Amino acid sequence: MGLATCGIAAGGDRVYTALEAAIRERGLDVRLAKVGCIGYCREEPLVNIQIPGKPLVILHRVTEEDTAAILDAVADGDVPREKALCQIDTWDPLVGDPLTFGIGFKDIPRYEEIPYFAPQKKIVLRDAGLTNPEDIEEYIAVGGYRALHKALTQMTPEAVIDEVIASGLRGRGGAGFPTGMKWNFTKKEKSLQKYIICNADEGDPGAYMNRNEMESDPHMILEGMLIGAYAIGAREGIIYVRSEYPLAIERLTKAMDEARAHGLLGKDIFGSGFSFELTLAEGAGAFVCGEETALIASIEGKTGRPRPRPPFPAQKGLWGMPTNINNVETWTNIPVIIQKGGGWFAGIGAEKNSGTKVYSLVGEVDRVGLVEVPLGTPIQTLVYDIGNGGIDGREIKAVQTGGPSGGCIPASLFDTPMDYEHLTAVGSIMGSGGVVVMDETTSMVDTARFFIGFTNEESCGKCVPCREGLKHMLMILDKILSGKATQSDLDLLKELSGIIKKTSLCGLGQTAPNPVLTTLKYFKNEYDAYLKGAK
Amino acid sequence: MSPETLDAILERYDRNPAQLIPILQDVQAEENYLPREALEAISEKLDIPLVRIYSVATFYKAFSLEPRGKHIIQVCMGTACHVRGAPRILDKMVRDLGVQPGATTKDMEFTLETVNCLGACALGPIVVVDGEYHGQMTSPKWDKIYKTLKKAEG
Repeated sequence: MGLATCGIAAGGDRVYTALEAAIRERGLDVRLAKVGCIGYCREEPLVNIQIPGKPLVILHRVTEEDTAAILDAVADGDVPREKALCQIDTWDPLVGDPLTFGIGFKDIPRYEEIPYFAPQKKIVLRDAGLTNPEDIEEYIAVGGYRALHKALTQMTPEAVIDEVIASGLRGRGGAGFPTGMKWNFTKKEKSLQKYIICNADEGDPGAYMNRNEMESDPHMILEGMLIGAYAIGAREGIIYVRSEYPLAIERLTKAMDEARAHGLLGKDIFGSGFSFELTLAEGAGAFVCGEETALIASIEGKTGRPRPRPPFPAQKGLWGMPTNINNVETWTNIPVIIQKGGGWFAGIGAEKNSGTKVYSLVGEVDRVGLVEVPLGTPIQTLVYDIGNGGIDGREIKAVQTGGPSGGCIPASLFDTPMDYEHLTAVGSIMGSGGVVVMDETTSMVDTARFFIGFTNEESCGKCVPCREGLKHMLMILDKILSGKATQSDLDLLKELSGIIKKTSLCGLGQTAPNPVLTTLKYFKNEYDAYLKGAK
Repeated sequence: MSPETLDAILERYDRNPAQLIPILQDVQAEENYLPREALEAISEKLDIPLVRIYSVATFYKAFSLEPRGKHIIQVCMGTACHVRGAPRILDKMVRDLGVQPGATTKDMEFTLETVNCLGACALGPIVVVDGEYHGQMTSPKWDKIYKTLKKAEG
């Protein structure tokens, strides 16, 4: 049973309870387990049926009323055809031995034939929706912690960093800084104490890949951090999770307990002499805490306000000690890089953009969900091939990428490859990977106002351009929306945007005007239509 | 909050002033909000200036200095929910409950809150009632939930 937050919200927990009761009542030899989320949110709740020797079959849109039909079929070694979405006969968990489920059910389409899955390439989410995130044995069974064993017993810390550099992996939190280089900064610092941090303060509205990565495969994050700590020379780590994600916190805590019980956290791991401790810190609802220096302040029990850099966290971070911070998805990429090699990883994706990226494809798009594709995949593949275009055939107008720091990209530019450089070139950013689709019914001016309203509220108030500038942008946008603005207001809005971008202290202010600038650039006609006397 | 309960919370964090945020989270989990007396007691016991505690308590959105209602209703205002009509749902709730977001009804039954993104965008608009997620919220769906909650108070 797929039970991540979205599966539960779709009613998955009620189906789980119903199945549990019915299995007990019938005395069936069936093991019911929780799995994470395979990412096809529109089709939830999802149930996987695995009959020995037969392919794994994914059932979709399952309700409590379906439990009898499901169990009737399973008791006969079959699956209810009308509920079947697709079948999987073999699966490659990349770091472990390929899984062979079996053959049969010729009339059920194969996973690779489903348009939603066909263009995807699963690296980060390879276990998501197939394994039980609350059971370390299942993670180990699909090759989990083999990369850690390899790193600790066969590689020097330098060799680990070289492998990560060779992979070309770049930070998945948004800025895209090369991960191996970043590790080296902290490694080179001379200090008795060093920290590593996992930034799980996924604050971009419309982005939830980190939530699923934590809820569906928490051990992959732990393993990535353990390998990173060994390479950097840190003995302590912290996962900073936003409090809006209670299930992620619960599953990470459980994963840490299990890892500790298995000797994978604590002293002398694998008899290598390497020791590492990991704790979890909970956010308290502040978007700006996704910024590195604000996040550190928050862990130290202070208000989460950014400070100027340098010194960078690599020199003076948590408690004044060298600290390396990476995003959840960056950490999850580490085990496969160590196990398969940096060269293997660099072969996936595009020039200077190796690997895959997980996107949350949401908004006014037909097939919503979490999608993992190689970097460099064009926007149109996401929106049309995977997403099947607009809801009820409505025409899509734009996508908004990168959260409040990103921009709106019009449909005419949907051949743009989604990688760090190309998205920046059209005025947006990769960000954490949120892709919000807007159709003909969405007002782009209202969308811009939404984002400025958001960043204005989340501004920490420390520097003037961000605190005062965003407030004035919001006033001008409200004036435009009320039909009282003139051309000079539009000019002022644009000028103000430029000043805020150039003079703000941290990334929040430096990128906050992007939604306005891109909509002014690509949808100027919508602004004009609101101007005084336009109607 | 009884001194014993507060002491138990402080002990949980070794009376470490750096653990102020989790301490406040535990106090709020216990009391539903941050009572002034509790903050003063923390200030005294951990030797943290009260002004610093207030600065933290007012900076983070998760903390409330006012008592909250018996039922907590959170409306997701993330991008995907916004595009799918969350503002209209929120307007209706404001009208039905007669309070603005962040406020509590006079009878202390309901607190209406907005959150930035709950990460369940595919099911937007999302509303969380007392920890339970309700996806694809519509006005009629909210009417039903509201009626059930009121009846339970009946």
